[in-house]
Amino acid sequence: MNAPRETEGIAAAVEPDLSTADVRPEPPLAIVRGAPFLTLPQDLYIPPDALEVFLETFEGPLDLLLYLIRRQNLDILDIPIAEITEQYMEYVELMRELRLELAAEYLLMAAMLAEIKSRMLLPRPQEAEEEGADPRADLVRRLQEYERFKQAAADLDALPRLERDHFIVEAAVPPGFIRRLPPDVELHELLSALREVLARAELFTSHRVEKEQLSLRERMSQVLERLNGGGFARLTDLFDPSEGRPGVVVTFLALLELIKSSVLELVQSESFAPIHVKLREFSPATTA
Amino acid sequence: MTDQPLKAIVEGALIAAGGPLTLDQLLALFGEDERPERAAILDCIRELSADYEGRGIEIAEVAGGYRVQVRASVAPWVARLWDEKAPRYSRALLETLALIAYRQPITRGEIEDIRGVAVSTNIIKTLTEREWVRVVGHRDVPGRPALYATTRRFLDYFGLRSLNELPPLSEIRDPESYFLSTNVVPTSEPTENTP
Repeated sequence: MNAPRETEGIAAAVEPDLSTADVRPEPPLAIVRGAPFLTLPQDLYIPPDALEVFLETFEGPLDLLLYLIRRQNLDILDIPIAEITEQYMEYVELMRELRLELAAEYLLMAAMLAEIKSRMLLPRPQEAEEEGADPRADLVRRLQEYERFKQAAADLDALPRLERDHFIVEAAVPPGFIRRLPPDVELHELLSALREVLARAELFTSHRVEKEQLSLRERMSQVLERLNGGGFARLTDLFDPSEGRPGVVVTFLALLELIKSSVLELVQSESFAPIHVKLREFSPATTA
Repeated sequence: MTDQPLKAIVEGALIAAGGPLTLDQLLALFGEDERPERAAILDCIRELSADYEGRGIEIAEVAGGYRVQVRASVAPWVARLWDEKAPRYSRALLETLALIAYRQPITRGEIEDIRGVAVSTNIIKTLTEREWVRVVGHRDVPGRPALYATTRRFLDYFGLRSLNELPPLSEIRDPESYFLSTNVVPTSEPTENTP
């Protein structure tokens, strides 16, 4: 029983000794994943040196408890609580360097077992003797549930699966047969493409505006030149739509400027009639 | 249309697809005027399946349809084609996956209640990235925890046609099996494995 045994993990290392229910067997030794000798847990106490290994080996306190029950024949009601508690408190220091969260779950389990035991020890009133009053009920329910899914996980792992038991067969198709269809064009995609082009065109038009082309002073001179022959000119004739919006605006500004400086005047014979422009007769700028 | 070309077409499609094909997908390969009956395609699949008897490949029906796969019996050799070993999954991951598969839709908290330990974010991430599980909703309780369920890809991967084909959950064990004795009197002597 003391001989070190190479095992897959911890699980298979110990034969339960059924004949000594009260006197526990000598702690057996084992080699766990090449790590130094470890004392296997016979109850919830885990030697501090082995703690890290155990946290990796067991999937939590329920798993450890199941192992203890099934493999070690531990009677979960037969745990020396005071000792366990003391030992577990020692862990708390150790835990700071380890996975505190997981360790906490083990501590919780120890606390739960302590509570169960203390309840079992206390004399129970007659009315609490019913089925539901057993303090072990909740723990047993959890163990039952966990054990089912532990088994389910093993069953799932045993299912033949891709990449391990099956591989998808895939044959190459001779070249030239695979036709990639161009995707359908949605109307909104077309519109957004157009919007992009327009946005870029906008950039170009603004670059085309040169200072000389649209000089306000120059335009004022041009307007005066046209009116120099005397008489009226239709306001709209003074504009050259082919210049585009900026040209029209500059002409308009030139007109406003000339009117403001009393060089030109606007004439309209009646409402909604065409507006005419003429030189002011008394303007000093006039060269008659 | 004679049987022979149809069978060849079905075989070619199943092998070229690189994944399962449904009957509808197979039917869609044919033009309106030449489209065979569903039963005819099913017959072809059955014949092919019989043809593959004793060969290195077989036709399997999974959730995503029919696929041609390498037989498990020759997998150990075929697997050596690749340098990488097939991924092995931790018990923590498999237990989490089992809980999602059998108890879906399920929240992370409910998984943790049953397993007795926190579910690591990495496990959920791996399961999600493999597209075996996905969030199907949120439970309407404070915190609105995500509800996880398995996907068709999960079924395909494990060669299942539906969740009904999962191995049945084991019987709930007899409560007494968790106790050596019902004797309430404890022993007070210390254990000998105390350091």
